[in-house]
Amino acid sequence: MHRLIHHIQSIGQKTIGFCIAFGRANLFILSIIFAWPGFKLGARLLVKQLYSVGVLSLIIIVVSGGFVGMVLGLQGYTTLIKFGAEQALGPMISLALVRELGPVMSALLFAGRAGSALTAEIGLMRATEQLSGMEMMAVDPITRVIAPRFWAGVISLPLLAILFSAVGVWGGTLVGVNWLGVDEGAFWGNMQSAVDWHEDVWNGIIKSFVFGILVTWLAVFHGYYATPTSEGVSLATTRTVVQSSLVVLAMDFVLTALMFGELG
Amino acid sequence: MNHQRIIWIEFTVGVFMLVAFLSAIFLALRVSGLVTMVGSETYQIRARFDNIGGLKVRSPVNIAGVTVGRVSDIQFDAKTFDAVVSMEIDNQYKILPSDTSASILTSGLLGEKYINLEPGASETTLGSGGEIEATQSALILENLIGKFLTRGKEGD
Repeated sequence: MHRLIHHIQSIGQKTIGFCIAFGRANLFILSIIFAWPGFKLGARLLVKQLYSVGVLSLIIIVVSGGFVGMVLGLQGYTTLIKFGAEQALGPMISLALVRELGPVMSALLFAGRAGSALTAEIGLMRATEQLSGMEMMAVDPITRVIAPRFWAGVISLPLLAILFSAVGVWGGTLVGVNWLGVDEGAFWGNMQSAVDWHEDVWNGIIKSFVFGILVTWLAVFHGYYATPTSEGVSLATTRTVVQSSLVVLAMDFVLTALMFGELG
Repeated sequence: MNHQRIIWIEFTVGVFMLVAFLSAIFLALRVSGLVTMVGSETYQIRARFDNIGGLKVRSPVNIAGVTVGRVSDIQFDAKTFDAVVSMEIDNQYKILPSDTSASILTSGLLGEKYINLEPGASETTLGSGGEIEATQSALILENLIGKFLTRGKEGD
């Protein structure tokens, strides 16, 4: 009997804990949105973060984009050639990339490359009491540390996703047209008639914008509220990567259903 | 942080922005073919069909196999019980005769539906907002098979 009560109590404890964390995360993002350190200082801090969040993620995004496009070209060709429909390779590669793979893959890579780094950096600032030190000097750590990192992530991810799609289409063209010999005119022509700027490309960019908000939000949140021990920082970093990946994949289904499906 | 490092960071961020911008242009022009829609003025004509089959908004409108416009709107007329298809035709083809006929065809056996315009011989032209009188509906495969089967029975 005591054990049962204990179990029920632990369920309640976890629910309350989740609600507290959720509310705290929402208040946290509100304070980020309304914290802006003036134009000149803000721009300088933002550029520095765009470098460490965006520019340093370029290599992994470009390389994976290229290889994903090449694999799509290879796999698509081997299947489509059976039906003599290798002209449909261009639409297949480009639609898969701009609608799904570009936004989702770049968000997952971004969570692993930049999200984890953000959490570890901010978590270590918390553990070494740098954030408390800033508060002592009447410098708001949210304005000075968190907000530039958040906006840098939100700006970077859509740009990285566009780059991923473009490099992927290039990789698919390299394999499909240059190596396997699909007709170049049919490849590009069918692609252009199948892909719509507003319907496909723009919706993909909106997707990656949403993913950018979610991933960076989770990263700075877990870093800021990390338990100030080395174990706490490692736990926070793991949480960022796991939760970002799950949220991105789940949100992708919702967005796809709203944008492209018959559900919306 | 020394001065050169700041310049390096600002330079790479600038390159990042430029590369992303160029990729967006590549996606717009080369992948989605946006260029065919920008910079060309269009005018609208309409046609009524008994059955549009699988015609969709943004399906191509062809003359002699060349795409000259796109379907912009498909409505159902509740009075005459037929489909009203609006098409946007490139302004440089404003010379269509008024007795032009329209038919809904399929590209390939299982391909996309498109509208084919067959220019007539009239002296007057079909202006903006004009309506095509002579139309031929989409070929519905099931109807065709049905006809074929009944004719086969009659032959027995």
